Amino acid sequence: MARSNSDKMVRQLEKKPTGIVGFDEITGGGLPAGRPSLICGGAGAGKTLFSIEFIIRGALQYKEPGVILTFEEKATDLETNVASLGFNLKKLQKDKLVWIDHIHVDRSEIAETGEYDLDGLFIRLGYAIDSIGAKRVMLDTIENLFSGLSNEGILRAELRRLFTWLKDKGVTTIITGEKGINTLTRQGLEEYVSDCVLLLEHRVINQISTRLLRVVKYRGSVHGTNEYPFLIDEQGISVLPVTSLRLDNEVSSQRVSSGIPTLDAMLSGSGFFRGSSILISGTAGTGKTSIAAYFADASCKRKERCLYFAFEESPRQIVRNMKSIGIDLQKHEDAGLLKIQSSRPTLQGLELHLLTIHKLVKQFKPRTVILDPITNLVTIGSMSEVKSMLIRLIDFLQVEKITVLFTALVYEKDNTVQTDEGVSSLVDAWILVRDIEANGERNRGIYIMKSRGMQHSNRVREFVITDTGLELVDVYLGPKGILVGSAREAEQLNEVTGVELRTHALSFKDRVLERKKTVLEAKIASLREEFESMQDDLNKTFREEELTNAIMEKNRQQAGNKSKPGKSNYGKS
Amino acid sequence: MHKKGLAGNTDKGGPAFVFTLYVTGNTPNSIRAINNIQEICETYITGQYKLDVVDVYQQPALAQQEQLIALPLLVKKLPLPERKLIGDLSDKEKVLKILNLGL
Repeated sequence: MARSNSDKMVRQLEKKPTGIVGFDEITGGGLPAGRPSLICGGAGAGKTLFSIEFIIRGALQYKEPGVILTFEEKATDLETNVASLGFNLKKLQKDKLVWIDHIHVDRSEIAETGEYDLDGLFIRLGYAIDSIGAKRVMLDTIENLFSGLSNEGILRAELRRLFTWLKDKGVTTIITGEKGINTLTRQGLEEYVSDCVLLLEHRVINQISTRLLRVVKYRGSVHGTNEYPFLIDEQGISVLPVTSLRLDNEVSSQRVSSGIPTLDAMLSGSGFFRGSSILISGTAGTGKTSIAAYFADASCKRKERCLYFAFEESPRQIVRNMKSIGIDLQKHEDAGLLKIQSSRPTLQGLELHLLTIHKLVKQFKPRTVILDPITNLVTIGSMSEVKSMLIRLIDFLQVEKITVLFTALVYEKDNTVQTDEGVSSLVDAWILVRDIEANGERNRGIYIMKSRGMQHSNRVREFVITDTGLELVDVYLGPKGILVGSAREAEQLNEVTGVELRTHALSFKDRVLERKKTVLEAKIASLREEFESMQDDLNKTFREEELTNAIMEKNRQQAGNKSKPGKSNYGKS
Repeated sequence: MHKKGLAGNTDKGGPAFVFTLYVTGNTPNSIRAINNIQEICETYITGQYKLDVVDVYQQPALAQQEQLIALPLLVKKLPLPERKLIGDLSDKEKVLKILNLGL
């Protein structure tokens, strides 16, 4: 029986994957290979299921046959129980992958008459292991022996021997134990099984139950020490690692449109980063869902699948309502690009919600996920729980490079704080839609609180919902402050009138000027006339004088010629 | 399955007492149990009993069939009702009381 194991101890602790979703991640590979592990917890915590999954998944996924030694349920009961998870134990038994042995101890049938040991159990187990070449063993719940046999001293010694023997056999064993009052197990099994101890708990807070798993100890291995929520559903157990330990997700610098061109323009012209998380928060009725629907619509138009989780409205309701603002979601749904998943938050615990999202995302493979609104989740968990859930969700989606958009309702009274489940620090972009109440009307203002890694507008825009869709309008920033709604429209009208008036005034002045110009020009012309006539006059006198002079000269010459014969005429005339 | 003890003498063929003792090889418990039951039988029901001693090591499949856990185990098959006694049978008074012997 005893086999030398000195040769295998040098290497690092080897682990056996359980095949249970998430568990192998938090333990860095599964349960310690070739060693016994203890799994304890109260009634209905899921111990048996966990163990059975370990065996069945081991047989199916890792080709490691397993032995189920049950002290509680009969083999047939067990078969029925796991059939609901889609496992066919009967077939596995036939294929020699699983061996089930039901151990029944009844104190009333047995009388103790002296020294004994549990060799019968050892032989049974040994026989089972050897028959199918088992690598995994499950003992559920071995403590039942304590109610069947009264000699505790013998039992304890035998259990210690059993665990050593199992270790020597090199089988990976999982032992279940009912939680005691102040101890992990009623009979203190943790004393014997010291390699790995898991604790399962089932807590009900506010009528909603959460299952939690904790690795109490894991000798020779690093492991997550937190309480990890886990779920049991039709596919068995899934443990959700709270967060991946590092923040080393790959990032994309690709941009995706928000579906509203004017909003894109506010985000340096091209929208959000792919794979980022976006929060739209606002008071009631500010159009958060409309923005979300636009985003979904834009995603579908790019032929990218979109998964829409609605916690308030039914799919039909959303489709109808969005039609009123000009979005046809039905078309996308029919094309298989959009899936609207509606459920009341109170339907299930937060963890189950998270798992549903996980599963649907894995199934549907969307590029965009919308959660509308996350605020409702608070009804089923405290703020911190919701936050932790959202962290995990964002984390998961970022790894998958899925863009996620949340909407959150802000209550009017504390619009100074404006923090929403504390997720605002987690998201990459945060858009706030809020009511601006003035002049007896409510209008919507939209602004970008933050948008990591891009230039974004710091302006408040007015957000208008019309029959044809959403529009962002520049608000009027005038001497009277920000004007929105009808006040803005009035102001805009005023401006138009002003312009009209001014142009009118201008043309009038022009005409006056023109007229003046004509008058002046006329004056100039007449003056010139005057000047010309004066000049003419002047010229005329000039000419006359010249003429007179010339004539006189002529006359003198004539007179000279006449008096040549007689000089006496010279001095006359 | 090696038989020990005496094949009965009784009137209609079979012996009045039929026992099966499951042991595990030559462990001290097993040897003590064999000795004790033989002594009791020889003292109180000489010639009226049949005792099978089974070494479970030799037939491990039996362990599951017979729901064996604690060993040694003595099963009193006859007379009815069937009774099971575990241990090395050193608590003689208790054994006799359960087997309805020695009164």
